[in-house]
Amino acid sequence: MANIISDETIEYVGILAKLELSGEEKEQAKKDMGSMLDYIDKLSELDTDGVEPMSHVFPVENVFREDIVTNGDEREAVLKNAPGEKDGMFAVPRTFD
Amino acid sequence: MAKQYETVIGLEVHVELATKTKIFCGCSTAFGAEPNAHTCPVCTGMPGSLPVLNKQVVEYAMAVGIAANCEITRVCKFDRKNYFYPDNPQNYQISQLYLPICRNGYVEIETADGKKRVGIHEIHMEEDAGKLIHDEWEDCTLVDYNRSGVPLIEIVSEPDMRSAEEVIAYLEKLRLIIQYLGASDCKLQEGSMRADVNLSVREVGAEKFGTRTEMKNLNSFRAIARAIEGEKERQIELLESGQAVVQETRRWDDAKEESYAMRSKEDAQDYRYFPDPDLVPVHISEEWIERVKKAQPEFRDEKMARYKQEFDLPDYDIDILTGTKHMADLFEQTVALCGQPKKVSNWLMVETMRLLKEQEMEPEDIRFSPENLAKLIGLVESRAINGTVAKEVFEKIFDEDIDPEQYVEENGLKTVNDEGALRKTVEDIIASNPQSVEDYRNGKEKAIGFLVGQTMKAMKGKADPGMVNKLLKELL
Repeated sequence: MANIISDETIEYVGILAKLELSGEEKEQAKKDMGSMLDYIDKLSELDTDGVEPMSHVFPVENVFREDIVTNGDEREAVLKNAPGEKDGMFAVPRTFD
Repeated sequence: MAKQYETVIGLEVHVELATKTKIFCGCSTAFGAEPNAHTCPVCTGMPGSLPVLNKQVVEYAMAVGIAANCEITRVCKFDRKNYFYPDNPQNYQISQLYLPICRNGYVEIETADGKKRVGIHEIHMEEDAGKLIHDEWEDCTLVDYNRSGVPLIEIVSEPDMRSAEEVIAYLEKLRLIIQYLGASDCKLQEGSMRADVNLSVREVGAEKFGTRTEMKNLNSFRAIARAIEGEKERQIELLESGQAVVQETRRWDDAKEESYAMRSKEDAQDYRYFPDPDLVPVHISEEWIERVKKAQPEFRDEKMARYKQEFDLPDYDIDILTGTKHMADLFEQTVALCGQPKKVSNWLMVETMRLLKEQEMEPEDIRFSPENLAKLIGLVESRAINGTVAKEVFEKIFDEDIDPEQYVEENGLKTVNDEGALRKTVEDIIASNPQSVEDYRNGKEKAIGFLVGQTMKAMKGKADPGMVNKLLKELL
């Protein structure tokens, strides 16, 4: 494997993804990420001069909605997905700015 | 000699667009609904939901970009800005990093040293986040997602401003352009326009920029001006005492007139932007740009020139009348109805401005209709009511948009034009005020004013002062 993922990197990625990894999981993740980066390196060998970056897999563009209200009050259904509810609002653990 | 410093300021301005629906779903953007009444699986980030772009958002963004002399990006797309915070349940905000819709523009501002261009680095489209309310009792945070997915444009300036005055002039200019386009009402207090200030200081003549800080929570022009002064002083003090300015985000506390750091270095932001695979690219054709260009309204500078030419109003009047789109519209619509530009201007400039000030309202909050103001002007013109009554009636129009014709009728406020009745009253007044009559006859012209006043009082203010004057002179 050409790409070696350091302990620091895997720790940092874990923090960003809000994942707590065990020692064993960290080792596995290091291997997986390393091989993913190797694959990207392989792709980088291709000559892509003059090729537009692809931003979407489907050859579709300009899909729009008109500015018309189509949704009604779906509070009850929406709030069913809340971890907790109070006064018609989602209640979540205390969060600071 | 003490070192001379220069302040370098760039702005990130967020503007809430005046669309009826959110940027990616058909939920209403109307203000004041019950918490979460305007939400759906898309704007609460439910897995499997699919965002679809509101076309009006693209049109507003293009219109603002064209007015700010920007290049329109022919192929633009959306990216995800990843962060964990409960105001955004998707855990990413849909924004534009790589291909924003507008780039490389400028607006011109007036400064003490004449006209100056402030560069626009870019304008991009994005979605707003939900509102967090901290519940002290239950020690939890409550979230209302009504604002989640409300369309925003973020206008990023170049670091071209050098003082608080230039910043205010720039914001005023943006506000006017956007209001005239109808793309937003741009109210700082209500958060439909929000400005983050990026500020650094450097020694005069230095080529390199100093380390900048970003300041948030600025919700009035006054707060912005004070925050700029405060942050400038803070950075100069740090440098003077041999310390370094730390690049950080600071929150301005306008009550305490000081700022504090919001995020620490340990919690550095890493947004990991990547193209949003749920949204397809937007291709903007030449024809589309032309169409938006053609639909651009008359902006303030053009309007000012036209008012001067067409209505021959003083510059001072024109400045106030065109200061907001709402005022200009009201003026033009009323003039169209009654054909008396100077009279309409006077009502707006004097009585309207006075009432706005008294009631601490903005011109955008004016609710009366041009029809009712035009009717009032008609009533004064035809001498159906006098000036004093007109002012009273106008207050009613201002507060409740009443129909002045009906109101005058119902409250018996019509000027008494019945010469017989008036003559009778004038005769009574003359009879009961011999001293004033004497004074007048002895050449004291002013004495007639007192008699006019007495007559008006006797008529409960409903007489035509001109006619009273005429009758008095005749009978004396």
